[in-house]
Amino acid sequence: MSGGTFVGMPAFPKAAHEAVNNPTLRGNLRHATHTIRAKRAVAVAELDDWAALREAGKQIKDHTLRHLDRYLVQLEESVTAAGGIVHWAADADEANRIVTDLVKMTGESEVVKVKSMATQEIGLNEALEAEGIHAYETDLAELIVQLGKDRPSHILVPAIHRNRGEIRDIFAREMGEWGRPAPEGLTDTPAELAEAARLHLREKFLRAKVGISGANFMVAETGTLMVVESEGNGRMCLTLPETLISVVGIEKIVPTWQDLEVFLQTLPRSSTAERMNPYTSMWTGITDEDGPQTFHLVLIDNGRTDTLADEVGRQALRCIRCSACLNVCPVYERAGGHAYGSVYPGPIGAILSPQLRGTASEIDASLPYASSLCGACYEVCPVAIDIPEVLVHLRERIAEGGPVTREGNKVVLKPAKGHAAERAAMRAARWAFSHPGALRTGQRLASRTRRFHPRSLPGPGKAWSDTRDLPTVPAEPFRDWWQRTHGGKDTDK
Amino acid sequence: MSSRDLILGRVRRALADVPRDDTPYEQAIERGYLREHGGRSVEQTVDLLAENLADYRALVHRCAADELAPTIAGLLAGHGSTSVVLPAGLDAQWLAASEVTRVPDRAEGTSGELDRVDSVVTACALAIAETGTLVLDGGPDQGRRRITLVPDHHICVVRVPDQVVSSVPQALARLDPTRPLTWISGPSATSDIELDRVEGVHGPRTLEVVLVSGE
Repeated sequence: MSGGTFVGMPAFPKAAHEAVNNPTLRGNLRHATHTIRAKRAVAVAELDDWAALREAGKQIKDHTLRHLDRYLVQLEESVTAAGGIVHWAADADEANRIVTDLVKMTGESEVVKVKSMATQEIGLNEALEAEGIHAYETDLAELIVQLGKDRPSHILVPAIHRNRGEIRDIFAREMGEWGRPAPEGLTDTPAELAEAARLHLREKFLRAKVGISGANFMVAETGTLMVVESEGNGRMCLTLPETLISVVGIEKIVPTWQDLEVFLQTLPRSSTAERMNPYTSMWTGITDEDGPQTFHLVLIDNGRTDTLADEVGRQALRCIRCSACLNVCPVYERAGGHAYGSVYPGPIGAILSPQLRGTASEIDASLPYASSLCGACYEVCPVAIDIPEVLVHLRERIAEGGPVTREGNKVVLKPAKGHAAERAAMRAARWAFSHPGALRTGQRLASRTRRFHPRSLPGPGKAWSDTRDLPTVPAEPFRDWWQRTHGGKDTDK
Repeated sequence: MSSRDLILGRVRRALADVPRDDTPYEQAIERGYLREHGGRSVEQTVDLLAENLADYRALVHRCAADELAPTIAGLLAGHGSTSVVLPAGLDAQWLAASEVTRVPDRAEGTSGELDRVDSVVTACALAIAETGTLVLDGGPDQGRRRITLVPDHHICVVRVPDQVVSSVPQALARLDPTRPLTWISGPSATSDIELDRVEGVHGPRTLEVVLVSGE
C-alpha cells in the first residue's frame, strides 16, 4: 500500500499518548462522538426489525464474499453492457496508474472528487499531483482536511478532530490559495462555514470535466453503482463532468437490486443517524444526454483478497464504512483517528489495516492491541462484524506467528519480537496445567508463602501493577478445599 | 497474466476452504425484516410523508389539483424567483399562473447557465413516507439530473396518494435500476462540523414539496 501520508507512523501507543494529552482534540472528539451516539440510538430504535435487517445485511455480504469471483464477473458484464468501461487493479500503484492515464487521456489537469475511502487508501491525490493533476476534494470535511494540509481522522467526518473555530481559521487562511477566498469577516457559525464552502467550490464544479468517486455499493445483476451523501457535492461530481472515474474495492458488491433495501435502511441510520441521508445517487453505466458520457470503473484489490483468505479475518470485508464503531469506541474517543496511522481508524481500522497492509510495520503490528475488547463496536455494527473476535485472532497471529496470505502468496509469519515474555508465560502455564502434581505443589507453596508476596510486580511488570491490585492468593488452594469438603466424594474416580 | 485474471485467481484461492454451496440466491438470505413498519391507512401514509419531509427541513404544501398552478406561482413569487428551469415533459398547466421566465432543460445547455436560474419545478417518480424521501428517475417530467442540483430552489410536486409508498423496500420494487436515480431527503445538508446537521451546502438550499391530491 502506498498511501504516502502514513509512512513512518509510530506504533499506536506512542501516537495515542500524544493525542490524549491534547485537551482540544479530546474535547472535540468527546463532543462529536457523544452527539452522534445518542442520535444513532434514536434512529435505530425507530425500526423494530433492526436485528433482522442486521442479520440480512450480514448474510448478503457473506454470501457475496463467498462467491466473489462469480459476482465480480457478473458486475463486469452488466457495467460493460450499460456502457461503462471496467478496469482491474491488483494494488494501489496499478490503480493510481490507471486513473492517472485515464485523466491524461481527457487532456485535463484538474479533477473534482467525491469523498472516497478507496482513493484515500491508495493515495490517489498524491499520485495525481506527482503527474501535475490537481485533485480537488469537495466533501466539506475533506476540504477542511485538504486546506489544512491535515490527515483524515474519521471515516464519515474526516475533520472530526477540528472544531468550528479551527475550521474558520483554516478557511480564512487557505481558501485564497486554492481558488475563491473565504468571504470577509467569516464567523464560526456552521451555516456560514457551509456557505463559504459552497461559494469556494461552485466555480470548480461548474468547470470540471472529470469527476472521481468511490461507491458505497455496486449491484452485480444490474451494474448499478450507488453513492450516499449529504451535501450535494457527490451529485455535482457524478453528474456535471463529462468523464466519471469510480474507484471501488472489490468487496463493495451486492448481488441484486433488492439487496439495496437492506443497506439503504441500515447505512444512513448507522452513520449520520438519519432516517435517510439527504442525497443518494444511483447510476447504471451512462445515460444519453444526462450526466457523464464516459464512465470508467476501476476495481481494486490492494490486500482485499489476502484478507479474504483469512477464515476469521475475512468478515472485516463485510464493512459498509458507516463509522458507527468509531463513534462508540472508548479508545477512539480518547486517542482520536490519527493514532491509528491509516485512513481506516477506530475499531474497524484496527482489524482492516493490519489485514490489508500486513503486520510488517510497527503501527500495523500494534493496531490489534488498540482496544479494550469491550465489544461496543460489535453491538452497533450493522453487518455484525465481530471485531473483538478478529482483534484477538490478529493478536494471536502477531504473538505466535502463523500462515497468512500476502499479495496472493501463502507465507508463514514469524512470531513478532517483543512478545517473548508473554510466550514464555503461556508455555509455562501450558506445562503446569498438564502436570497436575506440579500444579498442586506450586499452589500449596503459593498459599503458604502468601504473607511474603509483594504488593506490586517487580521488573517490567511494575508499570502494570502500579494501577492495579494484585489478586490475593487464598490460604488454601481451591482443589485442596474441594477435596476436604463434600465435593471430593464423587470426583476421586 | 492480466490483473483481472490475477485478482480472480486470488479470490478463488482465498476461498479454497469454503464448501461448495449451490443454494439459489433467493433462498440463501433470510429476509426476516419487514416490508413496511407499522400499519397505516392511505391518508396516514401521506401524513407521515409530510411529517418526515418537514422534519428534515423541506417546506411542505398541500393542495388540490385545480389549485396547483396558483400554488406554484405563489411559491416562485415567495422565493423572489425571476426564472425557472422546466423539464421538457412537465405539464405546462402547472406554470399557467406564473409570469417568471421559463428556461428549458436542454442537452446543449451548460451548468453555468443553470447556475443563473433561480428555481426548478419538477415532478417525481415516487416518494417514501417512512424516510421522507423523494425519488427522481429522469423521466420526462423530471428532466436531467443537473437541473434539480444547480439552482438553489427546488419545487417538487408529488401526486398523492398514487406516488407515495410506505417504505424503502416498496420503493425499490417500483423503481427501474437502468434509469439514473436521485433520492432526495430534505435540502442539501452536512454533518461535517462537529457532527451536527446543518442545512445548505451544494444542492438546493430550499426544497419545497407540493403534495397534490385529486385529478
